[in-house]
Amino acid sequence: MGLEVGQQLPVRTFQVTRAQLVRYAGASGDFNPIHWNERFARQVGLPGVIAHGMLTMALAGRAVTDWVGAADAVVDFNVRFSRPVPVPDDDRGTEVAFSAVVKEVAEDSAALEITATCEGQKVLSQARAVVRI
Amino acid sequence: MPLNRAYIGRRLAPTAPYQVGREKIREFATAIGADDPIHHDPAAARARGYRDVVAPPTFPVVATLSAGEQLRNDPELGMDYSRVVHGDQRFGYTRPVVAGDELVSEVTIEEITERGGHEFITSRIEVTTPAGEPVVTVWNKLVVRGDPADRADKEG
Repeated sequence: MGLEVGQQLPVRTFQVTRAQLVRYAGASGDFNPIHWNERFARQVGLPGVIAHGMLTMALAGRAVTDWVGAADAVVDFNVRFSRPVPVPDDDRGTEVAFSAVVKEVAEDSAALEITATCEGQKVLSQARAVVRI
Repeated sequence: MPLNRAYIGRRLAPTAPYQVGREKIREFATAIGADDPIHHDPAAARARGYRDVVAPPTFPVVATLSAGEQLRNDPELGMDYSRVVHGDQRFGYTRPVVAGDELVSEVTIEEITERGGHEFITSRIEVTTPAGEPVVTVWNKLVVRGDPADRADKEG
């Protein structure tokens, strides 16, 4: 598979729109109104509707499985949600960009340290995945 | 109302089994844009050695929803869900989740702490088959944001 310690993995960018938040709410069962109700989000002190943290983590998971080339490769996956991802109410939505560095490589596994940014700011910290290779 | 520290270390009752469905895995994979055939096509999953379609790596949040509700709906714990923000999340896999799995979740509250006027509750959820075979362990840390008035008191 050819992962090397220190290897920088190419940036993967995903669009996030309001429509996707609705679809993800239905698929995940998380109907928290901060993810679809602008009025409620502002009332609780948010800048507006924000993406589900778990949707951001799911997109990080897509980046990881794309880099490794196997959709069932994730063995351990860990994130801290450091900043919310606001999603504007328009057709473009927002974008989250993921990159990673290979931190360790063993015979059958590798550890990746993941960076996720939105509008130039980190939205995840301590984001790591261990994958089977 | 602060979180009830008597819950630290407490193991809650196991949930009823969650039936992992092929259509739910397809729906979840579509919602996150995961189009690998292993999530959608049973033949593709079988070609990779699985009984049926394989769930994407964050799918266990769906199967552990009722476990989370145990915490939210317990008045004795004292969690104000309107103040809750997701802090950390971790999945540690024994094997991938596959359509047809029945998953039982058992929550242990590992820690409740306070810092800077906010509270933090860390839970471990052991997800197993009804026979007790491990599938995945999920950890999450929730932040219960403090009331700004309370925080001002603490800082002043």
